[in-house]
Amino acid sequence: MKRHILIFFLFMFPILEFTTPLQAAHKERPPVDAREVILGHLKDSYHWHFFDMGEKHISLPLPVIVRSRERGWFVFLSSRLEESGTYKGFSIAEEGRSAGKIVEKDASGNQTRPFDISITKNVVSLFFTCVLLIFLVLNLARWYRKQEQEGNPDAVPSGFNGIMEWVTMSIYEGVIVKCVGKDHKRYAPYLLTAFFFIFLTNLLGLVPIFPAGANLTGNIAVTLSLALCTMIAINIFGNKEYWKEILWPDVPIFMKAPVPIMQIIEFFGILTKPMALMIRLFANIFAGHIIILALTSLVFLTVAMGPAINASMSVVSVLFSVFMMVLELLVAYIQAYVFTMLSAIFIGLSRKEPHKPEIQAGAINMEKK
Amino acid sequence: MDLMIPDSGLLFWMLIAFGILFFILARFGWPLITGVVERRNERIAKALSDAAAARQLLATLKLQEEKILQQSRDEQTKLVEQTEALRIKLTDQARKAALEESRIILEKAKEQIQQEKEAVMQELKFYVASLSVEVAEKVLRQKLDTDSRQLELINRLVDESLKPRA
Repeated sequence: MKRHILIFFLFMFPILEFTTPLQAAHKERPPVDAREVILGHLKDSYHWHFFDMGEKHISLPLPVIVRSRERGWFVFLSSRLEESGTYKGFSIAEEGRSAGKIVEKDASGNQTRPFDISITKNVVSLFFTCVLLIFLVLNLARWYRKQEQEGNPDAVPSGFNGIMEWVTMSIYEGVIVKCVGKDHKRYAPYLLTAFFFIFLTNLLGLVPIFPAGANLTGNIAVTLSLALCTMIAINIFGNKEYWKEILWPDVPIFMKAPVPIMQIIEFFGILTKPMALMIRLFANIFAGHIIILALTSLVFLTVAMGPAINASMSVVSVLFSVFMMVLELLVAYIQAYVFTMLSAIFIGLSRKEPHKPEIQAGAINMEKK
Repeated sequence: MDLMIPDSGLLFWMLIAFGILFFILARFGWPLITGVVERRNERIAKALSDAAAARQLLATLKLQEEKILQQSRDEQTKLVEQTEALRIKLTDQARKAALEESRIILEKAKEQIQQEKEAVMQELKFYVASLSVEVAEKVLRQKLDTDSRQLELINRLVDESLKPRA
């Protein structure tokens, strides 16, 4: 083992010695701004950037769809913006509140933000994830249907379908049935969709090559949408008991009238539940990506410190990155699981039976015994 | 911090895409998958309980079989014993009957022999009597050729006849 490491280092050093003079030749290039690089990778963009070749950016232009308040709809490729900086009055803001977004100058010369539904990097990744997920799930469903037609309804799928079935059923039986309660059949499709969407998106977020690699679940808009769906599922289908507990809970009367303290607290509860879901998922994935990117940036940041430090830091960086990647694999599952489980629990709470007084419950238990 | 401000475009597309995803999967995906697996689980559970019941039944049947076998074995032993007893009894009877028969036959034979013996004795008696008469006749003829002797004999005979009375 020790010898292997030694050989590894022996190979590492000549390569680094060879590359450093080349880098020294480009000394005039500005030093790497790690903060900018990391945030640039984590944020959405109008084009899909692959890598830089010398001074050239190799990237996939994506369609921009904007609606100007004064001039109506515009659809064009994002490469138009990069060529000249502005296209038909639209440009990407350098700074301010909407930095990095498309802005336009209105008649009075003020910078305004048009209604922007461009197919950005994240949107492409979103579509890709959805199509992939539909394919994976319907593939399994089709397999079952085929087996049923061929007359062996007890067939168990193998290979990837087997994994899909196993994950599906582990979530269905382990989380949904247990947490939601008797109405689980009604909510299972949403919860399973949410779980698989988050899990798949998390995993694809770890794969650094196109079409994966976008930071989708680490984007607040995505987690907001998911949390919104859960909030709808909780509140729209909440039963009488659920609303009674919010509007007229079982507490001493002075706490709920004439000043509705409990009602206000409960109302905030309605909002904080999905808020917590939204922030938890976003922050976990976002933080994981930041750490991996920061560790990767170490390689480039330590170039200026000389070859020895650079080489050793590169090894450290790679080792830590691998460790973080493995950890993020775990986090990808855990966060999807937690989101689904909490959604299921909240839904279960909104569908609960009216709870009986303790003595009565005890009496029933005694009868059962 | 613009990271915390949801982007309207992405929100828009996310709601649409997730909505479509949910619709498609809820319509054609999840219910079918969970339904199939649940039905399969039910069937497996039923098959397992059926197998357990069958095993139970088999065990009872085996017990019954053992019992029936034991019964038949007992019956067989009993029958064999009975037959043996009957056989012994029958042979006994037969032997007794044969003995009786032979005894009767023997008796009859003895009787016949007796009868025949008596008949022979009778005949012999007659024959001896006649023979003695003949012999006597001849002796008499010879001895009584003289008168003195005749008288002598007559006297002796009369004496003899009178003697036992005295």
